[in-house]
Amino acid sequence: MPQASPRGGDAIDRRNLDWYIDKGVQVLVFIGGVSGILFVISIFVFITKEGLGFLTEQFSIGEFFGSPRWAPTSSHNPTYGALALIAGTASVTGLAMVIAVPFSLGAAIFIGEFATGKPREYLKVLVELLAAIPSVVWGFIGLSIMNPLIIKLFNVPVGLNVLNSGFILGLMAAPIMTTIAEDALKAVPDTYREAAEALGATRWQVILRVVIPAAKPGLLAAVLLGVGRGFGETMAVLMASGHSINLPTSVFDSVRALTATIAAELGETAVGSDHYRALFTLGIFLFVVTFVINLTADLVVRGIRRK
Amino acid sequence: MFEASDLNERNRRVERLWRLLFLVMTVLLIVPVVVILSVLIHKGGPVLSIDFLFTEPVQGMTAGGIFPALVGTVWLVTVALLASVPIGVAAALYLSEYAPDNWLTRAINLAIINLAGVPSIVHALFGVGAFVLFFRFGTSILAASLTLAIMTLPVVIVATRESLQAVPQAFREACWNMGATRWQTIRRVVLPNSISGILTGVILEVSRTAGETAPIMFTGAAFFLPFLPQSVYDQTMAMSLHLFVISTQVPGVPEALPFGVALVLISMVLAMNAISIAFRMHLRSKKKW
Repeated sequence: MPQASPRGGDAIDRRNLDWYIDKGVQVLVFIGGVSGILFVISIFVFITKEGLGFLTEQFSIGEFFGSPRWAPTSSHNPTYGALALIAGTASVTGLAMVIAVPFSLGAAIFIGEFATGKPREYLKVLVELLAAIPSVVWGFIGLSIMNPLIIKLFNVPVGLNVLNSGFILGLMAAPIMTTIAEDALKAVPDTYREAAEALGATRWQVILRVVIPAAKPGLLAAVLLGVGRGFGETMAVLMASGHSINLPTSVFDSVRALTATIAAELGETAVGSDHYRALFTLGIFLFVVTFVINLTADLVVRGIRRK
Repeated sequence: MFEASDLNERNRRVERLWRLLFLVMTVLLIVPVVVILSVLIHKGGPVLSIDFLFTEPVQGMTAGGIFPALVGTVWLVTVALLASVPIGVAAALYLSEYAPDNWLTRAINLAIINLAGVPSIVHALFGVGAFVLFFRFGTSILAASLTLAIMTLPVVIVATRESLQAVPQAFREACWNMGATRWQTIRRVVLPNSISGILTGVILEVSRTAGETAPIMFTGAAFFLPFLPQSVYDQTMAMSLHLFVISTQVPGVPEALPFGVALVLISMVLAMNAISIAFRMHLRSKKKW
């Protein structure tokens, strides 16, 4: 309560000022908080706005998902089949996951459950640093180190292919998956471990029968986020995959990814042209797929947490 | 009494085997990267010199240094930070200090995860549609930096929120009991106790922003510009795009040159990260509570 005194006006004013500042700040940080939502919505709105003309006029689901012919620059009969691009992205991401999932889960178990003290800290820092290497540097590595290496090792004419970009992408995704998976293992309460140890279980039995089952949703989320990451990776795939439109039949085939197509072609299109709009439509597709992947990962984690 | 039975012996052997397997997996994850980095250093090292850092590319980018690209990256990162740090800190303050546990908060968290998960090339498309065309910034540092800012916003938010939440609740309660408002508590108690954690997040964002390529390709970074940018409405060269350009788009570049650029870029990024990590460890070690 404000003090009732003849000279109390000052105190009342200050209180009011503080009160207004407090409310003002509350509004400001609220705006900051919801800005995340606003940005995600505006990303969707703006890429849809640019790609909408294509969706309503030229777009046909059958052609987009069924035809491997992506030839938007053809002068007499431009076609917009994204099947080969989807297959390119899927093959590269698939190979990357085959490489990265076992290794990153294994590394997460070692760092989180077996390693202790200083070595554990060093390993964690190292993994964090690996995750920081920029994708354009990875692409360059694919181009200048992996490419000649693959040509030499496997005696193939071109080293820019599914194998190269899948390997690079696997190395890129692994540190992130390791970190998330290790967090998931760490989130398992120690009382679980202690209870199992009290029953005479060895450390490995504890990990296999108690920790991993309890952390399963988190581990699944780690894999999902790794897939999302691989799916959306642009520069590394652009530089290391060979960039030729192909339905791959072996890991030595060059492919082209969805992301790389946008990166390579957007600079050459006129704003508002069919080709330009088609590239934005690819963007909408990428946005929707990654959104679904992230949402699923979130639901997987949240669903179990609630239980 | 406690002699190891056969079963115990077997269990122990199984455990050692698994432990070894996982150790090998961890090592195999790290070894290729170490090999690659040493090749980068081996091939790119000889190119590096003070001249390389402080002169312009010449002869159609097949010789000379990387000065305009370095300056451009500094511009892009600075403007991106100016935009994203205030928004990111505000968002983290809201999530940590104000947000009730309701659907809106869950939606914000999901949005942040999604901002981080949306492919970088989609951010680039957004930058073109929103900043270059709709807001008419043209292809400029401003458009590129704003695109980068939105893309790296989650880094600031997550790091800041973590360091805010590390401040014990009792500190806040003590302050409230003295009659302080929420904001006074945040300004006098919460922020001073978490400012260094926020800084590590900002450093981490610098490193992320400096390495990004796709979001700036069509929004403000140019292949080659012989002069330095004068304002945020100019285009600029950037380290990351420069590496892409000289390794894929320009014929006749001597082999060592892109290795040198890659080495500088990766050193910048890893140094920033290392500083951030060291800073964080130092803070953790001298924490008072």
